[in-house]
Amino acid sequence: MTTYDARFRIWRGDADGGGLRDFTVEVHDGEVVLDIVHRLQATEAPDLAVRWNCKAGKCGSCSAEVNGRPRLMCMTRMSVFDRAETVTITPLRAFPVVRDLVTDVSFNYRKAREVPAFVPPEGVGPGEYRMQQVDVDRSQEFRKCIECFLCQDTCHVVRDHEENKEAFAGPRFLMRVAELDMHPLDAAAASGLDRRRAAQEEHGLGYCNITKCCTEVCPEGIRITDNALIPLKERAADRKYDPLVWLGNRILRRRPDAP
Amino acid sequence: MATGTRPPRPPSGVHGASRAAIGARHLRTDRWWLAPAGTAAGLLAFVAYSTWRAFANADYYAAPYVSPFYSPCLAENCQEMRGGPNLDLVGSWWGLSPALLILVFPLGFRLTCYYYRKAYYRSFWASPPACAVAEPHSRYTGETRFPLVLQNLHRYFFYAAVPVAAVLTYDTVLTFRDADYAWGHMGAGTLLFLLNAALIWAYTLSCHSCRHIMGGRLRHFSRHPVRYRLWGWVSRLNARHMQLAWASLVSVAACDLYVYLLATGAFTDPRIF
Repeated sequence: MTTYDARFRIWRGDADGGGLRDFTVEVHDGEVVLDIVHRLQATEAPDLAVRWNCKAGKCGSCSAEVNGRPRLMCMTRMSVFDRAETVTITPLRAFPVVRDLVTDVSFNYRKAREVPAFVPPEGVGPGEYRMQQVDVDRSQEFRKCIECFLCQDTCHVVRDHEENKEAFAGPRFLMRVAELDMHPLDAAAASGLDRRRAAQEEHGLGYCNITKCCTEVCPEGIRITDNALIPLKERAADRKYDPLVWLGNRILRRRPDAP
Repeated sequence: MATGTRPPRPPSGVHGASRAAIGARHLRTDRWWLAPAGTAAGLLAFVAYSTWRAFANADYYAAPYVSPFYSPCLAENCQEMRGGPNLDLVGSWWGLSPALLILVFPLGFRLTCYYYRKAYYRSFWASPPACAVAEPHSRYTGETRFPLVLQNLHRYFFYAAVPVAAVLTYDTVLTFRDADYAWGHMGAGTLLFLLNAALIWAYTLSCHSCRHIMGGRLRHFSRHPVRYRLWGWVSRLNARHMQLAWASLVSVAACDLYVYLLATGAFTDPRIF
C-alpha cells in the first residue's frame, strides 16, 4: 500500500463569513475524498462540519464541490487527482451555508412539498395496482434518484439567480413531475390536476434552458434532461403551444391526458 | 453620486449573502472553457460558410449534383436542373438568392433543436458557460418569455424538416444519373450525397420532438406496441443526437462545397461507374 501527503483547501466558516484553509493530509491507496475529510476531523480539525451517512453513494448526504465541481465526496476517488495538485473542497454554492461543508438544503424540501403527490385511480385499492413493466420503465429510471441535490446545486437557474428560487422547482422536482405524468396509474387529470400545465405555470419548466448540467453531475447516471425535462417540455408544448394537438383532441374527442 | 452612475448591484447568485463566502466565480481546475470555445468556433465557421454560400446565388448546380443549400429551389430565378428539385412556388418577384427561401426551415429546425439550444446557450450566451461556472447575467428568465418561448415551436420545424430531408434524398437518387442525365452513373459525389442523406435523416429522426410524437406522449406503451417500437428506435438514435447534429452539419456543408468546386471547375467528379 502506498501513502502520500496531499494538499487540500477546505472552506471553513459559516453564514457570517469564512474562507479556504490549507491542510496537508495523508492519503492511502483506494481512498475517497470523504476519507480525507474524516482523517482531518480525526487529526487537526475535529470541529470540521460535514454531513455524511452511508459512504456508498446511496444516501446523497455528502454532496459538496470538489475542485469546483458538484460531487458526492464518498464517490470521488483520490486517484482521479494528480498527487501534486491541491484539491479544493467547498460546500454546495447554490444553498445557504450553515457551517463548513454543511449547507441548508431546505429549499429542496419546500419544492418537494409543492409537487402534488400520486393520485390513486378510483376503485383500485392498495395492493391492487397492476402495471405492465414497459409502462413503468421510464418512471423507474427517475426513481433511482438519491436526492443528493447536486442537480439542484449545479442548475444555473437558481445557483446564479437567487430570485428564481420562488418560481423554479429545479431539475429534481421537474423530474418528479415528469415521473408522475408518465405514471400509468396516476389519476391526477381525473381529479382536475393538469400536471403538464402545472409544470410550466407553477414549477417553472420554462426557466430550464436544457444545458444539461443536471445530467452531467447526477451520480446515479439518470438522463434527467433527455428523459425527463425535454419530454416534459414536449408534453407542456402539447398542452400550451400546439394548436394541432388541441384541434386533434377536439375533433377526436380525446381526453387531454393522453392515452 | 455622479450623474448617470448606478448604485452597485447587491451581490447575488454564488456571491449572495447567505452562500459560502467565496470570491471566485468558480473553482474548476479543468479546461471547462474548451468545450464552449470549440462549439462556438465550429458553429461560427458553419454560419460564415453557409451565409456566403446562401447569398452567393451561383455555382450551386453541377449536373447531376445540386447543392443541399439550394434544394428544393423555389423561385423562378433558379438555375434549370433537368428532373431536379426545381419547384417554382414563389414566382418571379423573388430577386434574392433562392437558397434563402428554403434555408429558413432547416435553420429554424436547428436553431430550436434541443441540442443546439444547449450548444449556443452555453457557448454564445454563457448561460451558463459551463457547469458550476457562474454566468455573467444579472437576470435570467430562460424560455419563459418572448422570443425564447418560441423554442416550443420546435415540432413545427421538425414537420418542415421531414419534406426537406425527402427532397435531399430525391437529389441523392438523381446523382445516379450522369451529367447528360442518363441513369447508371455513380461518382465520388454520389457517395458523399448518400452519406449526407443518411446523416440528415438520422439527425431529423433522432429529434426530441420526433421522439415525443412517435410515442413519448403516451402513458401506456403496452396499449400501443407499434408506437412503442417506433419510440424505442427513435430513442436509440436520440442518444446520439449531438453527434448526428454535428455530423449532418459537416456533411451538408461538405456536399455544398463539393458542388461548388465542381461548378467552378476546380476538379472533375471522380467516376466510379
